[in-house]
Amino acid sequence: MISIPAIAFYVFSGLMLLSAGLVITSRNTVYSVLFLILAFFNAAGLFVLVNAEFLAMMLVVVYVGAVAVLFLFVVMMLNVNMALPKRDTRSYMLVGSVVGGILLGELFLIVGVWSIAPEAIDLVSAPQNMFGQKGNTHALGQLLYTHYFLAFQGAGVILLVAMVGAIVLTLRQREGVRKQNIHDQIKREAKDCVELVNVPSGQGVDL
Amino acid sequence: MFEFYTPDFLPILPQVILIATALAILIEGAFTESAGPALIRRFCMGALLAILISALLSLIAFGLGKQVTTFNGMLVQDAYTLFCQMIVLIGSAAALAIGLPGLENQKLNRFEYPALILLATTGMMFMVAANDLISLFIGLELQGLALYVIVALQRDNLATSEAALKYFVLGALATGMYLYGASFVYGYTGSTNFDSINAVFRYGVEGPISLGSMIGLVFILASLAFKLSAVPFHMWTPDVYQGSPTAVTAFLAAAPKIAAAALTIRLLYLPFGFLVDYWQQIIIFISLASMVLGAFAALRQTDLKRLLAYSSISHMGYALLGIASGGAIGVQGALTYITLYMFMTVGTFAVILALRGRGERCVKDIEDLQGISQIHPKMSMMLAIFMFSLAGIPPMAGFFGKLYVFMAAIDAQLYTLAIVGVLSSVVAAFYYLRIIRTMYFETRPETVQATYGDTMVLTTEASFVLVLSVTVTLLFFVYPSLLLNMTQMAVNSLFN
Repeated sequence: MISIPAIAFYVFSGLMLLSAGLVITSRNTVYSVLFLILAFFNAAGLFVLVNAEFLAMMLVVVYVGAVAVLFLFVVMMLNVNMALPKRDTRSYMLVGSVVGGILLGELFLIVGVWSIAPEAIDLVSAPQNMFGQKGNTHALGQLLYTHYFLAFQGAGVILLVAMVGAIVLTLRQREGVRKQNIHDQIKREAKDCVELVNVPSGQGVDL
Repeated sequence: MFEFYTPDFLPILPQVILIATALAILIEGAFTESAGPALIRRFCMGALLAILISALLSLIAFGLGKQVTTFNGMLVQDAYTLFCQMIVLIGSAAALAIGLPGLENQKLNRFEYPALILLATTGMMFMVAANDLISLFIGLELQGLALYVIVALQRDNLATSEAALKYFVLGALATGMYLYGASFVYGYTGSTNFDSINAVFRYGVEGPISLGSMIGLVFILASLAFKLSAVPFHMWTPDVYQGSPTAVTAFLAAAPKIAAAALTIRLLYLPFGFLVDYWQQIIIFISLASMVLGAFAALRQTDLKRLLAYSSISHMGYALLGIASGGAIGVQGALTYITLYMFMTVGTFAVILALRGRGERCVKDIEDLQGISQIHPKMSMMLAIFMFSLAGIPPMAGFFGKLYVFMAAIDAQLYTLAIVGVLSSVVAAFYYLRIIRTMYFETRPETVQATYGDTMVLTTEASFVLVLSVTVTLLFFVYPSLLLNMTQMAVNSLFN
């Protein structure tokens, strides 16, 4: 009888491998990015299985929420042409397969002499919750705001520099653009813009 | 259940002042309708004031001479840190001050400029004070990112964009190498803290050290060599120096180099202090190659800033010579050398920035200096003093800097290195003297007549910087123990 976590593991990792494969085989770049997002979601699921829920959230927020969407924007804006010339790929086939074969052989040689430390197996198969009753988000937060306070705040300053830099290097003040300034609109009063002029009959007024 | 941990905040007071000033400038600048030149000038003066206050605080702490480790061992404040922080702060204050009048015509007059300078300086201070691979990385990235933006600030200029792109791509590569190396060191020593890594190498392993930490050390050294612009990681320097606006080049030459050199010393002697035999040969090679390449490559340069870039490469080679000597004397020599080098560079750039041609152009080529001694006798006199000093001709400060470094090298029986150093400094003297010859013994051809160097813009702050650096360069030999005592204190705190 397979336990539920094991089923979940095989579902997540199987889907992840499948979508990772589809990322590189898909002909449409937009599909590739969407499969990449699917792969990220499955990886997040794997993290949840090993009790690393913080890492799972970060993966979804950072990679799916920011990086993959950025990829999608870039792909859609650049309108990458998908047509690959077939003749070129075939002419490289021989050299490519020779180099690939050598690399594969070397990988087998390395695997042949590889030895895994006996303790490492136990560590992988039994992830421990080392933080007592706290979740790892709690534990990480407690470390970040105490012992690693300096690094945490420093990273904040670095992000500020990145933001300022991006604005400085790309923002251009265009001339002649009509912008809505809500503050000015609210502050506007009748006495600033309406002038009541008593027009004597039969004469004009100079404005 | 609750564990309260409050770190000691006092050691980072100077950094906090700099960051707070930068934030104030950013907010004020963002909410002002149109930031005119007068406002930007006021911001720059504010930034200058903040840097000087921080330098003063560092000096006071240096006088108190206490060693504090704070933030869970991530940051250390001792005489060495404080001395290097002071030098970095003086360097960036001086570079900011001499760049002020040129901001407008170099299209740097944006309110973010002083704020980014402040943030870069903060990063350098963290770099120098780091006692942990993580806090070191934070400092390195803070200064690096701010510098990339500062270099790219003149965004409509093609040469500047090229320089900024090169600097950014290679800098990112160096960062990657640092992280890779640091992960190796962490993996094989089990800690990112400098003291713990040091202890591992002292007590941990008998016989040869693990290959992993060696690989890590080599990667970290490669990324530091990039920051130092030492050969073979110097490629970016001439292009970036040439492409950046001159005020920015002055800043690049004055502050980050000093911080990187100070950081290299701390890193090599603190966590990796017991691996002298391993890293010494690397440093010897880097030093040798930098000295020779810096001397020979500069011979054929016609662009003044490019020439100064190669000159900075060779000077970093001399500083590394002191580090390679592997002892307190060598480190003291290197520290004295980079301090004096900072003053000489700042002075040289102050002269270059002050000279203006028609159309407010800065001096660009060496040819532009032809016959300038007749128009600006005082300025060319000072430039000659700096050139003599950079060439290492007594009794200028540069000579003594080289003397201490070579003495340390001979003391450590690195005879070949010392001989190559002396020979390459003879070669280098040629191009420094060529500048002096151009100024004094060449007359302007009719075509460049009255194009360059006719006018001069010398503000009060810039002339103060000039007087200070000339005084240090010229009169160092009168009272050398002032600086030597300080470096001695700094080195003592590093080695106990």
